Amino acid sequence: MVELNLPKNSRVQDGKSWPEPDGARIKEFRVYRWNPDDGKNPQVDTYKIDLDKCGPMVLDAIIKIKDEQDPSLTFRRSCREGICGSCAMNIDGTNTLACTKAIEDVNGPVKIYPLPHMEVVKDLVPDLTNFYAQHRSIEPWLQTTTAEPEREWLQSSEDREKIDGLYECILCACCSTSCPSYWWNGDRYLGPAVLLQAYRWLIDSRDEFTGDRLDNIEDPFRLYRCHTIMNCAKACPKGLNPAKAIAGIKKMLVERRV
Amino acid sequence: MSTKSERPLSPHLQIYKPMLTMTMSIVHRITGTMLFFATILLAWWLVSAAAGPHYFDFVEGLLTSIIGRLILLGCTWALIQHALGGLKHLLWDTGRGYDLDVIEKLAKGSLVLSVVLTVAVWAIAYGVR
Repeated sequence: MVELNLPKNSRVQDGKSWPEPDGARIKEFRVYRWNPDDGKNPQVDTYKIDLDKCGPMVLDAIIKIKDEQDPSLTFRRSCREGICGSCAMNIDGTNTLACTKAIEDVNGPVKIYPLPHMEVVKDLVPDLTNFYAQHRSIEPWLQTTTAEPEREWLQSSEDREKIDGLYECILCACCSTSCPSYWWNGDRYLGPAVLLQAYRWLIDSRDEFTGDRLDNIEDPFRLYRCHTIMNCAKACPKGLNPAKAIAGIKKMLVERRV
Repeated sequence: MSTKSERPLSPHLQIYKPMLTMTMSIVHRITGTMLFFATILLAWWLVSAAAGPHYFDFVEGLLTSIIGRLILLGCTWALIQHALGGLKHLLWDTGRGYDLDVIEKLAKGSLVLSVVLTVAVWAIAYGVR
C-alpha cells in the first residue's frame, strides 16, 4: 500500500548534538538513531569529525564515532571493501555501501539513514528477514534432472558470459530498498535484488528448471510491480543493472508464449 | 521484553534524493491520470456538438476562455508527454536502453521534446486559425 507519510512512532525528531573536536577540517555527520529500549521516537544526532584524523570513507567516520565519541551507535559492517554488503545504508539521499562511499564526495553535512522503508532493529540496522525469505523463495541454487557429471557441470565461455553482471550481486539490498514499488508492495513484490538473482539462475545454461522458475515468478505482484523507475540501477554499489535483468525475465516470459 | 517499543519504519520518500528518472516515472502516471480527465472533456465537447448549436456555443465559449485554453494546453502537454513516455517503455520492453547514461538522456529528452512539441502544436493551431 502506498503510504506517503511515516507512521506516528517512526517520525524523526531532532536529536543530540555531540561536541566538536579541535581541527582544521571538521565535517558534520547527521545520523539516524533509534533505541528499542527508551520508548522514544527516532532522532537524528549530529557528530563532528576532524577529517585529518579519519579514513576516507563514510564507514571510517562512523567507526571513529563509535570508537571515540558514542559507543552506542549501532550499524552492521564487516569486510570494509565492498564485497560483504553489510554496511548498506542511505547516505546523502541514496542507498550505497558506507565502506565504498568517499566522505569527500558528499557536499555539506553527511546525512546517514538506515535503508529506506524497512523496520529498524536499532539505529542503522534494518530487519532483512523478509528480504532473505524472498531470496530463498526463488531457490537460488543449481537445479538439474540429468545425472550428476563425474566432475564439474561444464559450460561454454559464451554461456558463462551470460551471467556476467549478475553473479557479482552481493545481496546488500541497496537496490530493493531504493525502489518505490518495493516500498509500497515489499510484502508481495520480490524487488530488484531478488529478481536479478532469479534471472541469474534463469539464464544459466547448466540449470534445467527454467520453466518451473518462470512459473514461480510469473505473477502480477512478484514480478510485474517493476515499473522501470530505475532507482535500482542508479543505487547499485557494484554497478549492476537489476532493471535490465528484470527486463530479461519479462522477455523470457513473452518468448515462451510465442 | 515487554518494555521494547514497536519497531519504527525507516524514512523513505522523506529522505531519498529526488532524481529526474524517478520523477519522470511518476510524471508518466500523473499525465495518464490527466488524460483520463482530458478524455471526459473531449467527450463533453462532442456531446455538446450533438446537443445543438446553443449548447455547443456555451461549451466552446468555456473551452476557448483563458482558463479553458490553459487547461487544453495542459492536456496537449500531458498527451505528448505520455505518448513519449509510452515510446520509452516500448524501447525498455525490448530489453534495450537500460544503461545509466541512456536512462538519463531518455528522461531529459522526453521532457524537453514534450515541451517543444506542445509549443509547436499550439503555434500551428494559432497559425491555421
